[in-house]
Amino acid sequence: MSLDSDDVKRIAHLARLAIDEQDISTYATNLSNILGLVEQMSAVDTDQVSPMAHPLDEVQRLRTDAVTEQNQREHYQSIAPQVEEGHYLVPRVIE
Amino acid sequence: MEWETVIGLEIHTQLATNSKIFSGASTAYGAEANTQACAVDLGLPGVLPVLNREVVNMAIKFGLAIDAELTPVSVFARKNYFYPDLPKGYQISQYELPIVGLGKLEIELENGETKIIGVTRAHLEEDAGKSVHEGFTNMTGIDLNRAGTPLLEIVSEPDLRSAKEAVAYMKKMHSLVRYLEISDGNMQEGSFRCDANVSVRPKGQKEFGTRAELKNINSFRFVERAINFEVERQIDVIEGGGKVVQETRLYDANKDETRSMRSKEEAMDYRYFPDPDLLPVVITEKQIDDIRKTLPELPGAKRDRFMNDFKLSREDASLITSSREMADYFEVVNAKCQDAKLAANWVTGTLTGALNKDGKDLSDSPVSADMLAGMLLRLKDNTISGKIAKEIFEAMWQGEGDADTIIDKKGLKQITDTGAIESVLDEIIAANPKQVEELKSGKDKLMGFFVGQVMKQTGGKANPGQVNQLLRKKLDL
Amino acid sequence: MYQMTIAELAAGLKSGQFSSEELTQSYLQRIKQYDPELNSYITVLEEQALAQAKAADQRLASGTAGPLTGIPLAQKDIFCTNGVKTSCGSKMLDNFISPYDATVIEKFNAAGAVMLGKTNMDEFAMGSSNETSFYGAVKNPWNTKAVPGGSSGGSAAAVAARLAAAATGTDTGGSIRQPAALCGITGIKPTYGRVSRYGMIAFASSLDQAGTMTQTAEDSALMLQVMAGFDERDSTCLDKAVPDYTANLNDDIKGLKIGLPKEYFAEGLDSDLAKVVEAAIDEYKKLGAEVVEISLPNSALSVPAYYVVAPAECSSNLSRFDGVRFGHRCDDPQDLEDLYKRSRGEGFGSEVKRRIMIGTYALSAGYYDAYYLKAQKVRQLISDDFKQAFKDVDVIMAPTTPTVAFNIGEKADDPITMYLSDINTIAVNLAGLPGMSIPAGFSKEMPVGLQIIGNYFDEARLLNVAHQYQTVTDWHRRMPEQFA
Repeated sequence: MSLDSDDVKRIAHLARLAIDEQDISTYATNLSNILGLVEQMSAVDTDQVSPMAHPLDEVQRLRTDAVTEQNQREHYQSIAPQVEEGHYLVPRVIE
Repeated sequence: MEWETVIGLEIHTQLATNSKIFSGASTAYGAEANTQACAVDLGLPGVLPVLNREVVNMAIKFGLAIDAELTPVSVFARKNYFYPDLPKGYQISQYELPIVGLGKLEIELENGETKIIGVTRAHLEEDAGKSVHEGFTNMTGIDLNRAGTPLLEIVSEPDLRSAKEAVAYMKKMHSLVRYLEISDGNMQEGSFRCDANVSVRPKGQKEFGTRAELKNINSFRFVERAINFEVERQIDVIEGGGKVVQETRLYDANKDETRSMRSKEEAMDYRYFPDPDLLPVVITEKQIDDIRKTLPELPGAKRDRFMNDFKLSREDASLITSSREMADYFEVVNAKCQDAKLAANWVTGTLTGALNKDGKDLSDSPVSADMLAGMLLRLKDNTISGKIAKEIFEAMWQGEGDADTIIDKKGLKQITDTGAIESVLDEIIAANPKQVEELKSGKDKLMGFFVGQVMKQTGGKANPGQVNQLLRKKLDL
Repeated sequence: MYQMTIAELAAGLKSGQFSSEELTQSYLQRIKQYDPELNSYITVLEEQALAQAKAADQRLASGTAGPLTGIPLAQKDIFCTNGVKTSCGSKMLDNFISPYDATVIEKFNAAGAVMLGKTNMDEFAMGSSNETSFYGAVKNPWNTKAVPGGSSGGSAAAVAARLAAAATGTDTGGSIRQPAALCGITGIKPTYGRVSRYGMIAFASSLDQAGTMTQTAEDSALMLQVMAGFDERDSTCLDKAVPDYTANLNDDIKGLKIGLPKEYFAEGLDSDLAKVVEAAIDEYKKLGAEVVEISLPNSALSVPAYYVVAPAECSSNLSRFDGVRFGHRCDDPQDLEDLYKRSRGEGFGSEVKRRIMIGTYALSAGYYDAYYLKAQKVRQLISDDFKQAFKDVDVIMAPTTPTVAFNIGEKADDPITMYLSDINTIAVNLAGLPGMSIPAGFSKEMPVGLQIIGNYFDEARLLNVAHQYQTVTDWHRRMPEQFA
């Protein structure tokens, strides 16, 4: 699969990444090359193979339903870019 | 042309756990912003989710209650999208393998018939935080207290054919999750909310029309209104020669209309994939059996029992069993007063009326089941009349004590002493010779006049039946 | 003192030959002297380290010390450290003071270890040369024109130049073993699920695993003893007893069955490096091991599968860096989309962006089956190859890398060539197996690593096998003269 500039722009938008206009063609080339490498997988028939999501054949452990966390708002918000009255701030969102 | 409406509902119900689905933060409602958002809820770098056992148990309980297939190995997946109330940039949800598979729910239609609505699936996921638009200059504030609250998303089949059916289904589901005690169902606090997929098609057509998804409807009334508005809108579009577009629309309760959500118009590509931080959730037969034992009697079974054992009408039985609290209340009253019909009348009539009038929940009722039963016993043993009973109920409602206390204090005991009634009767007979003659000559409906006069003079404390009897005896009728 | 291993230092501390404070001072002095050249640390914690050293000295005096008490270690800057900058090698987290400790850090603190500082790394652990770090490239102490490998390049260089007694690393596709090989030290990536990932900033969650970077296998055993074990905060961390990793170090390895996968000794392997590895294998034969050739037929597909699985997971894992709650936020965002795009565009370097985009693409509608699902199936095949092989052999040995350290800048502009430098290490992560790299000699005056791959949870055997080699060789004691 070869990606063009429009593909790169679409993917960058989906991933919310600002990409400089001048770098787009380089990304297109690099990403296309990577996909070329990745597509070597098509050499092997995997029709009968079940997908492996995880290295270990284990099941999810369950936690007791208990409140173990205390309020640490000031501590956590001390590293936040912008807060006001306990809220994290973002540019106004219109719904 | 005649149109048919097709509706499917996605109900999001918050599960009533102490802690969040993947963290040990509290789920209590109404705390100060971000005071219940721990490192995991905030999506700090390096944090990891661990699944709450109770959440799984509640989902199993729900699955059993709707007779659903439970998925032996279910998987959590990430739903990726950027939004400020979604701290990690993905929501942990279930996609290909939800914990609850195909099930069903019976609803009652207005004409008294029942209908089975299919439940496609129910899956577990985490709730998002809240955006606060007021109070910040040109900014939106983000409160992540709600982020990570466990949700069960219940997806119906497109089996609903009218707004009324949709409401009946939603009410039934609401009743069910409260019966099961897996959710408080508090709609004001957003514990129980729904999205509706609505489309129309010419009657008789097999294919579905293009649907619109109505987002975030949080009351029964709004569901009905939103769907009705949307159905009209779609019919207008089609009849005007246009086409319905598949889109997400928001119901605005103030304007009573739905409008397109521009922010969601961009085609979403959620890039679901299995969450590598969580392992497959396995539920065992033993776990299911253990939970089955804890299942309460469900509304349908309870309704049937009330009809069979107490000979209640289907209508009364359905009404009383629509909430577990009311059914429990009724059973206490009935057990004590041993008169199901009487208990049912008072619970569905006077009591429900008083609750509605004051906007109170049954759990906050000033008249307890024991108090109501105590009063009904006095009614049954003729200590009081039906009219007085209403008065006593009102007094109990105002907090004046139980029935016996009020009867004593206000002297409301019914006069059963024959002599006392006879002397009142004698006075009335003497004062109304003309009516006496007419009654004697066969104008029977004047009986009511005499009984009424006695009741008036005794302040309602005479027993009308007894008055009737004595009068006939006195006048040799 | 700086030449000593953890085991030797612990003995020195216990006997009172020197104090932890003195030891810590000496490492801090060496860091001041040599690190401006190497750039192996992002943050040096002089005051905090000395305070920890004093506390360790008290603990040593009171007789409650463990093997790591008072030992000065370096922590990869991927582990969250409470109150200390945790950058993950990225501009995105240049201002990030972690509000909590990773489980691994908690464990080292409880053991009384001293944290000298946080080591340099490829940005978000994405790289094989340490050139993608926002804080600049790290130099290989054996040749400062060469790369130290990556992504744990800072840890590898620091240990190789003896700027720490030992260090932690993390390994998603070879990030412990490859730099250990290129810098001539010992490193172990344990079985997936052996060490908690809580507080370790995620790159690819189903592949990431923390491990050790030390001079010797014995030191790795001592470090791993502290790091390994159940953590209720990590669903993927196993509740499985941790064996005593030092108990069997001295067992002889007569009869050990070593499998040599022919695919790892094929085309692309530097012939001079191959000779060094063969010599190491001969040494094992002398120790009584049996050597058989095996096949891991799907090895060639490990790089392609990895470059779908790892970017897919990373594209999602890195979505939380959005300029809202922590980390870099662009100036004057015009609207929400601008906030996201510029904060992320400015905060991430180009290799991270490439991987986010590849992963985003691989998961997107219409491509999921062809890329992500296919990669998961290939992953299964690769894993099955190992399962098959371990029916017949106890350990698998191969060169850790196909070549010795390449020069800084040599592959920086060509992602594919860079990716292929991890060709020998990636399959182990896909399968979730434990793997080690130990110094096995030199080629063109640069260190060569021998990779030892074990069966699931067979770390004790790997350490034993590595230790036995180190009792008959001294490659692991060599250090670059420039920093002596």
